[in-house]
Amino acid sequence: MTNFEYAPALESTAILDIASQYRLFINGKFVDPKTTQYFQTINPANEQVISQVAFAGEADVDDAVKAARNAYEKSWSKLSAAERGKYLFRIARILQERAREFAVLETLDNGKPIRESRDVDVPLAAAHFFYHAGWSDKLKYAGLGNDPKPHGVVGQIIPWNFPLLMLAWKVAPALATGNTVVLKPAETTPMTALLFAEVCQQADLPAGVVNIVTGDGSTGSFLVNHPDVDKIAFTGSTSVGKAIARAVSGTKKSVTLELGGKAANIVFEDAAIDETVEGIVNGIFFNQGHVCCAGSRLLIQENIQDEVLEKLKRRMASIRVGDPLDKNTDLGAINSAEQLSRITELSASGDLEGAQRWSPQCDLPTAGFWYPPTIFTGVTQAHRIAREEIFGPVLSVLTFRTPQEAIEKANNTPYGLSAGIWSEKGSRILWASQQLRAGVIWANTFNKFDPASPFGGYKESGWGREGGRHGLSAYLKGEK
Amino acid sequence: MRVDVKKTYKLYIGGAFPRSESGRVYELKDSKGEFLANPCQASRKDFRDAVVSARSAVTGWNKATAYNRGQILYRVAEILEGRTFQFAEEIVAMEGVNFKEAKAQVEAAIDCWVWYAGWCDKIASVSGSTNSVSGPYYNFTVPENLGVVTVFADQKSSLLGLVAGLAAVLAGGNTAIVIASEKYPLSAITLSEVLATSDVPAGVVNILTGYSAELAPWVGAHMDVDGIDVSGLSKKTEEEVRLAGAENLKRIHRFNQFQSLGRIQAFMENKTVWHPIGV
Amino acid sequence: MIVDGSESSLKSFLAGLPGVDQVGAEARAAMLATRSIKTTSKNWAIDTAISMVDLTTLEGADTPGKIKALCSKAVRPDPTDPSVPSVGAVCVYNDMVKIARTHLDSIGGKHIPVAAVSTAFPSGRASLAVKKQDTQDALDNGAGEIDMVIDRGAFLSGQLGQVFDEIVLIKELCGERAHLKVIFETGELVTYDNVRKASYLAMLAGADFIKTSTGKISPAATAPVVLVMLEAVRDYFAMTGKRIGVKPAGGIRNTKDAIKQLVLVNETAGPEWLNPGLFRIGASALLNDLLMQRMKMRDGYYASPTYVTLD
Repeated sequence: MTNFEYAPALESTAILDIASQYRLFINGKFVDPKTTQYFQTINPANEQVISQVAFAGEADVDDAVKAARNAYEKSWSKLSAAERGKYLFRIARILQERAREFAVLETLDNGKPIRESRDVDVPLAAAHFFYHAGWSDKLKYAGLGNDPKPHGVVGQIIPWNFPLLMLAWKVAPALATGNTVVLKPAETTPMTALLFAEVCQQADLPAGVVNIVTGDGSTGSFLVNHPDVDKIAFTGSTSVGKAIARAVSGTKKSVTLELGGKAANIVFEDAAIDETVEGIVNGIFFNQGHVCCAGSRLLIQENIQDEVLEKLKRRMASIRVGDPLDKNTDLGAINSAEQLSRITELSASGDLEGAQRWSPQCDLPTAGFWYPPTIFTGVTQAHRIAREEIFGPVLSVLTFRTPQEAIEKANNTPYGLSAGIWSEKGSRILWASQQLRAGVIWANTFNKFDPASPFGGYKESGWGREGGRHGLSAYLKGEK
Repeated sequence: MRVDVKKTYKLYIGGAFPRSESGRVYELKDSKGEFLANPCQASRKDFRDAVVSARSAVTGWNKATAYNRGQILYRVAEILEGRTFQFAEEIVAMEGVNFKEAKAQVEAAIDCWVWYAGWCDKIASVSGSTNSVSGPYYNFTVPENLGVVTVFADQKSSLLGLVAGLAAVLAGGNTAIVIASEKYPLSAITLSEVLATSDVPAGVVNILTGYSAELAPWVGAHMDVDGIDVSGLSKKTEEEVRLAGAENLKRIHRFNQFQSLGRIQAFMENKTVWHPIGV
Repeated sequence: MIVDGSESSLKSFLAGLPGVDQVGAEARAAMLATRSIKTTSKNWAIDTAISMVDLTTLEGADTPGKIKALCSKAVRPDPTDPSVPSVGAVCVYNDMVKIARTHLDSIGGKHIPVAAVSTAFPSGRASLAVKKQDTQDALDNGAGEIDMVIDRGAFLSGQLGQVFDEIVLIKELCGERAHLKVIFETGELVTYDNVRKASYLAMLAGADFIKTSTGKISPAATAPVVLVMLEAVRDYFAMTGKRIGVKPAGGIRNTKDAIKQLVLVNETAGPEWLNPGLFRIGASALLNDLLMQRMKMRDGYYASPTYVTLD
C-alpha cells in the first residue's frame, strides 16, 4: 500500500449474549406480552435481524402502569431519599461496569459509530445516573420549595437516536425525585433498554419502579392515554409532541416534551476557522445528523463563505462512512429505511428548489441504510431544507452580511432548541447568545451534553428542561 | 344636585383607549343588580390587534435593564396607591363588599405588585445557575422572557387576581394581553388608566374586557401567542384552550397562589450557554 | 507577495490569521488519537515512521563513539532484518557533524543526511554573528539539514521582524546545500495562536520545515501543537503552492505515539505529507519501540528489548 489506508478495526460483538427473543419488563420480571405478538429489531447497517421483541398492547401497558403505581405506593415512596439515591448510584456503577456491552449493543441496534456509543452515549448515560443519584436527598435545595413532591407514575417515551442516553435522561431524574416509571423505547431501538432492565435487576431495584414496555406508536399512545399515569415525558418529533399535548389537554397530566429543531450554526468572520469547521462537522454529522439539536442550518458571514466552504469540503472528504462497529467509522448507518426515505425525499426537494448539492466521494455499503455526508449551498430561508428538520447528515448553507441579519435568519423558525455561534469576540458572542431564541446555545463548540446542563427548547421545540437543577422541576410538583 | 360625570370604559391596546372594533358593549350590573357600566365586549379582532401591539413591544421591554423594568413597575405601584379610593369604590360597587374590605383588597394588590416589581432584577440570580459540566467549558443557565402572554384574569376578585396575573408576566420580561374578569372588569380598565400615565411603554400591557369563553378559543389558537395564564377560565374552557394551544405548544398554566416565584418562572424560558475555557 | 519584508506588513499579516480555539483544537487532536490502526495499515505505518525518524542525540555527554553507533543504527535499524528502511536523518550537535557525515559515508549511508542543530541551540541566546558562524560551521562540515531555533524572547516581546530576519539570514547561508528546519520551542510559545503565527512567520521567511521543539523543554510535540502546524502547512500550500515539511520532536517515545502523529498528518495536511521529505519525527528511544512492534507484527508474539540494539 502506498497511502495510509486504515485496515478494518472492528469492535468485537463477542461480549454480547443476545437472546432470540425479549419479553416485557414489568414488576421486576420479564413477562410474556398479552398480545402474544413479537416484532423484530434489525441492525440498520446490514438489515440482519438482531432479535424478536415483545409487542406491548393496551393490557400490557395497563399491567406496567399498575406495577408502577403499586411500587410507588408500597415501596418507592416509603424509601428515604438517601436510600433511593443509592439505587441510582448502583445503576450508574453497573452501567460503567458493563459499558462496552452497552456500547456494542447500541451500535448494533441503532447504527451509530462505536466511537460515539463508546465515548459519548454510554459514559453520558452513566453520568446522568451518577449526577441524579446525588440529587435524591437534596431536593429541598432545588428551588421548588421545602418539600417538593413527585408526581407518582411517569410514562416516558423515548426516541431511537440515542436509545440508552435518552433512557438515562428520563429514568434518572424520575427515580431521583421519587417517581416510578413506565418506559417505552423506540420501536427500532429497544435493545439497550432491555439490557437496562437487567441492570435494574442486578441493582436489586424494587420491583415495579422501572417497567419497560416495547412496541410501536400505539404502545406509546396507550401509555399517554392511561388514566393512572400522572406525568408524561416525551422526546421525539414535534408532530407527535403536539398530539400528546392534545391528548392530555383535558387531563391533570403534567407533560414535558423534547422535540425537533432546526438549529442555526452561525459563523462570524472572526471565527477560529479550523475549530469552526470541526464544529460544523460535529454539529451536523454527529450521530448521522439524527440529533434534534443538530446544527442543520449553517449561516456563514458572506465575506468568509468561500474559505469556510473550501475547508468544510476538504474536511468532509476525510469523514469515514461505513461499518458502525469499525472503531474508525465517523458516520454510521441511517437508523431505518423509513428515516432514509425521509432524508432522501427532503434532500430531493433541495435539488428541486435550486440548491446545489455536494457530497465527497464515498463508497456506501450495499446492504443497510446509508446516506453520504451532504451539504447544500445556495439555500434560502424559503427552501424546505432550510425549514424542515431533515434528521440526517444533510447541511443547508446560507449566508448573511450583518450580525443582525444572522440573528433574524436564525430565529426565523418555529423551532428553538439550539444554536451555535462561532466568533473570537467575546462581546459579540454574548450579544448573539442573548438574541438567539433557543434553549441551548453553543458558542465556539457544538453538540456538547452534560447531566448538569439543562437541555430543552423554546417555542415548538418543547416544554421544560432535562438535566441540571432545572430538569428536576419536570418531575416534581412545584409551587405556583 | 350635581350630576356625576360617568366614565366610558374602553379597551386598552397599544397605549391607546379604543372601543371594540365590533361596536359591542355588555351591560354590567353592580352587586345589587343595578346598571353600573357598559364595558366593551372585545372581539377576536380586538384580540388580534392586542397581540400585534404586544409582540411589537417585546424587544423594547427587554432592552430596558432589569433594574429599569423594576423601577417602572414600582412606579405603577406608586400611582396605584394614589388611586386607592377609586379602586376601592369600584370594588365596592362590583363585588358588594364594604369599603374596608375593598380597600384591603386594593392594598393587597398594591403590595403584590411591589413584590413582583422587586423580582425583575433578582429572578436571574435565583432562577438561573452556573453548571459544573465535565469538561473545559463555562456553562450557565439564564431565564429569559417567553414573549407574548395572555392572562385570563382571576374571575373571583377584581384587582388582586388581575395584578398577580399581570405583574408576574411583566416581571419575567413578557408583554401581556389581559382578558379582564367578566363580572368585575372595572378595576382592569382603571388599571389601564394607571398604566397609560406610568412609564410602562405602550403595547407592553393590553387590556380587553368581554366574554372570556368567547375569546378563549381565539387566544388558544393564535399562533403568535407564546403563553396563557388560564387561571380565570373554567376547566372546560381551559381544556379548549389547551387543545388549541397544542398547535404551537403554548405554555399554558393555571395558578393557585397570588404571590409565587413559580408564577414568574412559568412564563420564562431557560437558556443554557456553553463556551470553552482556554487560552 | 504576502508580506513585503517590512515588519509592519509581517505583523499585520500574522495578526490577521484566524485564532485557534484551544479546546476545539485539543478535542480534534484527541478524537484523531482514537483512530485504531491495525494489521496491514500498522505495518505500513511502522515502516513509514522508521523512515521519518530523525535519529537524534543531543547530549553534553555525546562522544564520537556514540555518534558512530547512532549512524550505524540509522542506516540499518535492525541488523537482522534488511527489509527495515533506514531512518530520515541523524541529528547531532555542531561538533559531531563531521564525525557523523564521515561515518555514514563509510558504511553505506550516503543517502542519509546529517542534521545539525544550530543558532545556539537550544536557547537561541547568542549574537547573530555567533548564530551565523554556528550554522556556517555545520554546513562546512557536511550538514545537509540545519535545525535552527528561533529567538523566542524576540518573538514573545513582539520583535517579529528580528525573528524573521534571522531565519532569512540562516536560509541564505543554507542556500541549496541544506534544508532549513525552524524550531519554535512551542513549550515556550505557550499558546496555539503563537504556534500558528510562528509557523507562518517561519514559512514566509523561507523555512523548508517547521519543527516543534528542541526536546529540552516540556511540553514539546503535543498532538494539538502538531495539528496546528499541519493546518498551517496545508493552508500555506493552498495559498502559495509550496509544500513545507513538519517535524515534531520531543516526547514521541513509542509506536502508538508515532502512529498517532501519522494519523494527524493523514487527516490534517493529507497523504501528500506522509513521506520523509515532508514529515519527520525527532526522536531517539522511539526507533527501538518501532522495531519491537515491527517484530511483533512479523512474528505474531511480543518482542523483548533484548533483541533490539541499544544506541
